[in-house]
Amino acid sequence: MEHRIIDQQLDVLRDKLLLLGGTTEKALHRAMQSLTERDSDLARQVLEEDKIINQMELEIDRLSVEILALQQPAAHDLRFVIAVAKITPILERIADHATNIADAAIKINDEPQLKSYIDLPAMATTAAEMLRTALDAFTAEDAMVSREIIKQDELIDASYKRVFNELIEIMIDNPSTTASAAQLLFVAKHLERIGDYVKDICELNVYLREAAFIKHSKK
Amino acid sequence: MQSKISISNLNFYYGKEQALHDITLEIPEREVVAFIGPSGCGKSTFLRTLNRMNDTIPIAKADGTVLIDGNDIYAPNTDVVALRRKVGMVFQKSNPFPKSIFENVAYGIRINRMHENKADLARQVEKALRDAALWEEVKDRLNTSAFGLSGGQQQRLCIARALAVQPEVILMDEPASALDPIATQKIEELIVELKKQYTIVIVTHNMQQAARVSDRTAFFMLGKLVEYNTTQKMFTSPDERLTEDYLTGRFG
Repeated sequence: MEHRIIDQQLDVLRDKLLLLGGTTEKALHRAMQSLTERDSDLARQVLEEDKIINQMELEIDRLSVEILALQQPAAHDLRFVIAVAKITPILERIADHATNIADAAIKINDEPQLKSYIDLPAMATTAAEMLRTALDAFTAEDAMVSREIIKQDELIDASYKRVFNELIEIMIDNPSTTASAAQLLFVAKHLERIGDYVKDICELNVYLREAAFIKHSKK
Repeated sequence: MQSKISISNLNFYYGKEQALHDITLEIPEREVVAFIGPSGCGKSTFLRTLNRMNDTIPIAKADGTVLIDGNDIYAPNTDVVALRRKVGMVFQKSNPFPKSIFENVAYGIRINRMHENKADLARQVEKALRDAALWEEVKDRLNTSAFGLSGGQQQRLCIARALAVQPEVILMDEPASALDPIATQKIEELIVELKKQYTIVIVTHNMQQAARVSDRTAFFMLGKLVEYNTTQKMFTSPDERLTEDYLTGRFG
């Protein structure tokens, strides 16, 4: 008997979390695509598929509670269940931001394009890459990589400031663009928040590996 | 769910003292059912009614019905020896015979004449030891005394001895309470493995153990069945306030 009773359940929990992560990555990618390619049908698909993500969250919640109640995990097992239970709602919120981006896309896709989309897709690519690496680091329980990803959030914050200023200028120069520019501001803000959330995931990866809470510290 | 054991309105008395009150519950086939409750709540007494182990107590008396595969085990024509072969038992304290490891397991096979020849006997002993997850640890010393085994190994030997006569139900009365955490974990893993083939009923003082190994849990108090539920439900949101108080240690 190489396997403990709890191992199988922890494996299921890990698989479910990674599936949620993959689905969230896909939602973000498609939401941005619906904006840059002005594809409102695709945007509506993202909105529709958010329901699946919500269900995944509930299922992981249920399983986490069951493992805590029935298996009384300790040490690394306990940190694993805690990390999963805390990462899950973060992923769900990232997916919510993706649906908000899709929603913005629907609102502005029929309007003339304000500016060429360069900074926003670049921000999204950085955020998506951070998310993918953070989930890989979770699987590998790699605290070092997780700390590296945390630093990358500064890139997104800097892009956000640049996009923000640029959009404000556009609005001042041409007040008739305000409605569309405001939507793009929202998109930039959503991407900036996703960066923050990925940072939170990475902090939990460090907790999983090192049993240290680095949130609100100097890392 | 396919019911293996069906208990209806069971009352049990030690002389004038009523130990079990009107117990009704179904035990599904190939599941693990745990009985929990404070000392003296009747859980062990109840377990022992399922293979008539209480018959040995002169003043004991049961009424109500216990059906196993639809047959009333308290019917006058019941073959109690056959019943106990079908419903094996493992006790709190391991009780190997003062014999070799091999002979401990072979004993039941021999007296029940379940083997064709020596080779068949050896094969059956090996199977029982493998099923009890003990084979790898004892295969090179089968002819040494069972008392040379550790407590946890002795307990698994007793499980092998119970398995050797090909039971369908295994009753376990606190099977791990005298063992250290590692040996306990082995027994728990074994229980989860065994339920693929057997119906298992386990009495335990250890609520966490019930949570870890069982599919359903029955909670007893003062000889009464307070709640019987899936273990998942019982340990996350029990229906009864009394169960909640017991599980959270707010008793008394």
